[in-house]
Amino acid sequence: MALFGSLFCRLILGLVIVFLFLPILIVLTVSFSSSAVFAFPPPGFSLRWYASLGNADSILQAVWLSSQIAALSTAISLVLGTLCAIAITRGMIPGAKAVATFMASPLMLPGLVLGIAFLQAARDFGLRDTYTTLLIAHVVITMPFIMRTVLASLSLFDFAMVDAARMLGRSYPAALWTVLVPNILPGFVSGGLFAFIASFDNYPVSIFLVDVRTKTLPIQLLNQVEMSPDPTVAAISALLILGTIVALIVCDRLVGLKRMASI
Amino acid sequence: MTLARNDLAVPAAPASRWQFDAKALIAAPGLVFMALAFAVPVLMLVGDSFVDSQGLSLAGYRKVLGDPYYIGIIGNSLQLACITTGVCLAIGYPAAWALARIRGVWQVILFALIFLPLTVSIVVKTFGLTIMMRRDGIINFLLVNLGFIERPMRLVFTEFSLYFGMVNVFLPFMILPLYSVMRMLDPRLMDASASLGAGPLHTFLRVTLPLTMPGVIAGGTLVFSISVAAYVTPGLLVGDRFMTMSQVMAKAYLNIRDFQLGASMAVIMLVISAALILASSYLVRTPGGEKR
Repeated sequence: MALFGSLFCRLILGLVIVFLFLPILIVLTVSFSSSAVFAFPPPGFSLRWYASLGNADSILQAVWLSSQIAALSTAISLVLGTLCAIAITRGMIPGAKAVATFMASPLMLPGLVLGIAFLQAARDFGLRDTYTTLLIAHVVITMPFIMRTVLASLSLFDFAMVDAARMLGRSYPAALWTVLVPNILPGFVSGGLFAFIASFDNYPVSIFLVDVRTKTLPIQLLNQVEMSPDPTVAAISALLILGTIVALIVCDRLVGLKRMASI
Repeated sequence: MTLARNDLAVPAAPASRWQFDAKALIAAPGLVFMALAFAVPVLMLVGDSFVDSQGLSLAGYRKVLGDPYYIGIIGNSLQLACITTGVCLAIGYPAAWALARIRGVWQVILFALIFLPLTVSIVVKTFGLTIMMRRDGIINFLLVNLGFIERPMRLVFTEFSLYFGMVNVFLPFMILPLYSVMRMLDPRLMDASASLGAGPLHTFLRVTLPLTMPGVIAGGTLVFSISVAAYVTPGLLVGDRFMTMSQVMAKAYLNIRDFQLGASMAVIMLVISAALILASSYLVRTPGGEKR
C-alpha cells in the first residue's frame, strides 16, 4: 500500500513537470517554425523569426530599456537595502522587526495595486518623466528581494570582524566595504539575481507607468500578443528563457541553487 | 521569493534601552526612499478612494458594493482564486511529497525542473498557453489523435483554458512551500503510525496532514493571493467573458479613466490580501499548525 502510494506520488510529480514545461516547449517549437501560423505540428524548421528580430526595433528598444531599469534598480536597492539591513541587524534603530517587515512588504501587495498607487502619486507630484517614474517604482519592487537575502546573510555574519577591522585602523565605511561586503557576496548574488528577474519580468506595475515610446519588454510583448502575435514574439521569448537558464547556471556555480531557492 | 516562511531573519532586539547611534543614519536613505516612494503612494491611493470632485465621498464604494455587476466581478476573482488554489493543492501535495522523499542527485534535478518554470516570464508562458489552446494547437491535436473527440473544439476563451492556464502558471508556488516543510518531516513517524495499527488513510489524516499543515497554509496563502490579483493570464485566456477585479482596475485607469472606481477596487483588493496574510500568520501560530 505504501509502495503504491509512493509510486502514485512519483507519477504525479512526473506529470506535473511535463505539464509545467508544456507552454515553454511550445514557445520554443513555434520559434523554430517555418510558418507564420501556430499550427501543431509545425510544417518545417527555420531560423527566420530569429533573423527577423534584427529588424524588430520596438522589441530591441524594449529589451534595452528593461535591462537598464532592472540593472539600475537592482544596484540602487542593493546599496540602500544593505545599509538599512546592517542597521536592522545591529539593533541600531528601534522597532527593527517592524522596519524589516516594512522594507520587505511591497512583495506582499498585489502588483496592480502598487502600479496604480505609483501612477496616481507620479501624477499628483507632477513627475512626468516615464524613465524616472519606472526606475523609482522598480527600486520599490526589487527592495524586498534584497532585504530578504541580505538580512539572512547578515544574520550569519560575525560583526566582531568589522570591529576588528576598525581597531586595526579602518574607518567604519572602509571596514564594511573590505570585510562585510566580501563575506556576504553570495547573498548579494542570489538576491540581486532575483531582484533583476523580478524587475525585468514585471508587468503589473509597469503597465500603468509606460508610455507609447518608453515600453518595458513585458509590456511590449503583452501588447504584441494581444494585437498581432507572430513567431517573432516566440523567438525573443526563447532567447529570454535561454538567458534565464544561463543566469541560473552561473548563480548555481557561485552560490548553489538550493540556497537561492530558500532565500 | 521566500516561499515557505513569512518571517525575516531579524535578531531579537537587545535588552538594553535603545540609544541613538550616529551609525544608525546609514539606514536613513533606504527608509526615507521607501517612505516617500512606497508608503506615501499607497496611503494616497487609499485616500483617493474616499474623494471625488466634490470632496469627501463614498461614491466609489457605493458604486462597487451597491452594483450587482461589480459584486459579481469580486465574486469572479474570489472563485478564480479558490478553484486555482484547490486544484494546485490537490496536484501539488502528492508531487511535493514525491519530491521530498526522493534522495540524491535526482532530487536536485527534479527540484530544478519545478523551479525553472517560475523564472520564465508569465507573459511568455501565457503566450505559450494561448498557442496550445488554439483549434489547431497541441491540446486539440492530442485529444483528436487519442480518440477523445472527433473534431477539434474551441478551447481558448473557455473556463477550461482559464483554469488550465492559472494552475500551470501558479503550481510551483504551491509545490515549493509544501516541499520545504515535507523535507523536514521524519519518514519514520509514518512508519511508527503504521506499526501501531493505523491504516494509510488514518495515518494521513492524523499524522502526515497535521504535520505538513504549515506548508499547506503557506502555499495556499501564496497561490490564493497571487491568483486573486492575476491579470495577464485571465486577460489573455478568457478576456472579457470573465471579468476580474484586476481587469476592472486596469480598465478604470487605462481606458475609461474612472479613477475613483479604480481606487475603490484597488483598496478592496488590498483589504482581501491583507486579511489573507493576517489569517495565515494567525493560523500558523495556533496549535495544529504550529510554527516550525
